[in-house]
Amino acid sequence: MAALADLEQVYLKAKADPNFESEMRGYLRNYVGRPTPLYFAERLTEHLGGARIYLKREDLCHTGAHKINNTLGQILLTRRMGKPRVIAETGAGQHGVATATVAARFGLVCEVFMGTEDMRRQALNVVRMRLLGAKVIPVEAGSRTLKDAINEAMRDWVTNIDTTHYILGSVLGAHPYPMMVRDFQSVIGRETRDQMLEAEGRLPDYLVACVGGGSNSIGLFFDFLDEPSIRMIGVEAGGLGIGSGRHAARFATGELGILHGTMSFVLQDSDGQIQTTHSVSAGLDYPSVGPEHSYYRDLGRIDYVSATDAEALEAFQLLSELEGLIPALESAHAVAHVRKLAPTLERNQIVVVNLSGRGDKDVEVAATLLGRSGDASQVGEG
Amino acid sequence: MNRIDERFRRLKEAGECALIPYLTAGDPDLATTQALTLEFERRGADLLEIGVPFSDPLADGVTIQRASQRALLGGTTLTRILEMVRVIRSSCDLPLLLMSYANPIFHFGFARFAKEATAAGVDGLIVPDLPPEEAFELIEAAVSHGLHTVFLLAPTSSRERVQKIAAASRGFIYYVSLRGVTGARSSISDDLEATIRMIRVETDKPLAVGFGISNPAQVRMVARVADGVIVGSAIVSLLERNGGSGDLVKRAGDFVASLKAATRASQGEGH
Repeated sequence: MAALADLEQVYLKAKADPNFESEMRGYLRNYVGRPTPLYFAERLTEHLGGARIYLKREDLCHTGAHKINNTLGQILLTRRMGKPRVIAETGAGQHGVATATVAARFGLVCEVFMGTEDMRRQALNVVRMRLLGAKVIPVEAGSRTLKDAINEAMRDWVTNIDTTHYILGSVLGAHPYPMMVRDFQSVIGRETRDQMLEAEGRLPDYLVACVGGGSNSIGLFFDFLDEPSIRMIGVEAGGLGIGSGRHAARFATGELGILHGTMSFVLQDSDGQIQTTHSVSAGLDYPSVGPEHSYYRDLGRIDYVSATDAEALEAFQLLSELEGLIPALESAHAVAHVRKLAPTLERNQIVVVNLSGRGDKDVEVAATLLGRSGDASQVGEG
Repeated sequence: MNRIDERFRRLKEAGECALIPYLTAGDPDLATTQALTLEFERRGADLLEIGVPFSDPLADGVTIQRASQRALLGGTTLTRILEMVRVIRSSCDLPLLLMSYANPIFHFGFARFAKEATAAGVDGLIVPDLPPEEAFELIEAAVSHGLHTVFLLAPTSSRERVQKIAAASRGFIYYVSLRGVTGARSSISDDLEATIRMIRVETDKPLAVGFGISNPAQVRMVARVADGVIVGSAIVSLLERNGGSGDLVKRAGDFVASLKAATRASQGEGH
């Protein structure tokens, strides 16, 4: 608790400090490569025959995903706190890589907790983290995925609280994390607004993003929450299908619960034990969701749907073939929903999809799954 | 009067420090937990902390993580734990506290939990992942049924935090003697005595110390300055090592008796 209160103070002070703001802006521009483009996906639009589809190119951020927007902010805070060591959890490995990257850039010790199941399916990112000088700590507990990595990171943090800052990678955990991570990611939506106005002279009709913990989606949505004409859709991991019970669609079958220091929708059994989840995408494979998402869901402000593993793999292939963009399997869930949505809309309507990460890390898994069955719709468990 | 208050009052009169063993309910099964509870009472335990197994025990080290896994695999649920307490209560006077992570009791319903736990004979509740500022609803439900809520103080706690936790705690205050998770350690913190002196300036409530205390020598040290000593992982580890052995309960009882003797030894030295 003391560490959380300290972190909140340091963060609020930094937020009000013009020097912090300009420091962030400088690194975001020259190190991360912002602003990222808002790209009109012409062939995907033609193929689906409905709304005009734009992709917010977070895959072009340094390290290949939106995660670095947050890790950059938190590493600058870590320096202000004078702590020499950072730790992180990672699922898909993107947050781990983004943390290892900024730790290398600023010369801090970095250790990343990762479930062994995720280490297997995101092996490329394990190599990247090690190349960046980080130590990757395998987590064998539970389902050996993101949830278990967070447990272990939290255990490490309380043990080494004096020397260590925990760079949590999504809008999860106890206050101030959900607020702070959202603020760091909301640069996505602010840029999208300006770029959209420049490209089309108006704001979009739909925003679509995948939701694991929920940081890329809240990052895109946050700046538009007060625009009632804009509909927002978060896409969860439908895994093998909601009916199979093997998914990570918290809003489909979850109930309110308490996990990792926050109250939100949680996939749990009738005794309040946390359920194991399944998704082809390690980044969406988590039994709870950022509390702010539960809030906007209850308000009816954001709609939540899900896409199955098979649908995500189809979208993965489609975007690669039509646009020359290999998306992360996480982001492919958002594209999968757009495949259903766009054809139902008018040709003058506009959809923005957050392409939250690139898919280099997923080519091996995708090749195995697509190759084995020869047909993405047949794809089963990884 | 709540059994916890009654017990600490009697111990204070006798100038004695409480020994508070911990068991994960249902490790390896609830029948064994029940037998161990009665044995521990017989061998000198003053209170007992019963862990409700949880899939994601954030505050626990590997020993209790494994115990929780075993208990869950065996089908242990909160409902069955309360049933076990109800059965034990007819032959046991030991003050019993449940230690549960927030979600199982939140899912059960705070009000329903407070009512049914008290009716079963539970005297207190420790929720390691629920700080007092987030526990209003739970505290209210607990107070209305006479169930004591015990909150955790960490070495990093500020003076304001000590006051807040002392105010919200009933029965005693749980002082976490180290930075980290549960699990046996070879040494305990040197500044324990100074920290406890600081806490005592803020509160008269009994202070029990836990996390990392694993042998009679450490118990003796802590008992010099605290009102209670909590020993968890060392007991759970003993049960793990002796799993399947016929005299498991007796062996665990012997260990508890040696820990209790250590709490008395320190009192002797004090005189």
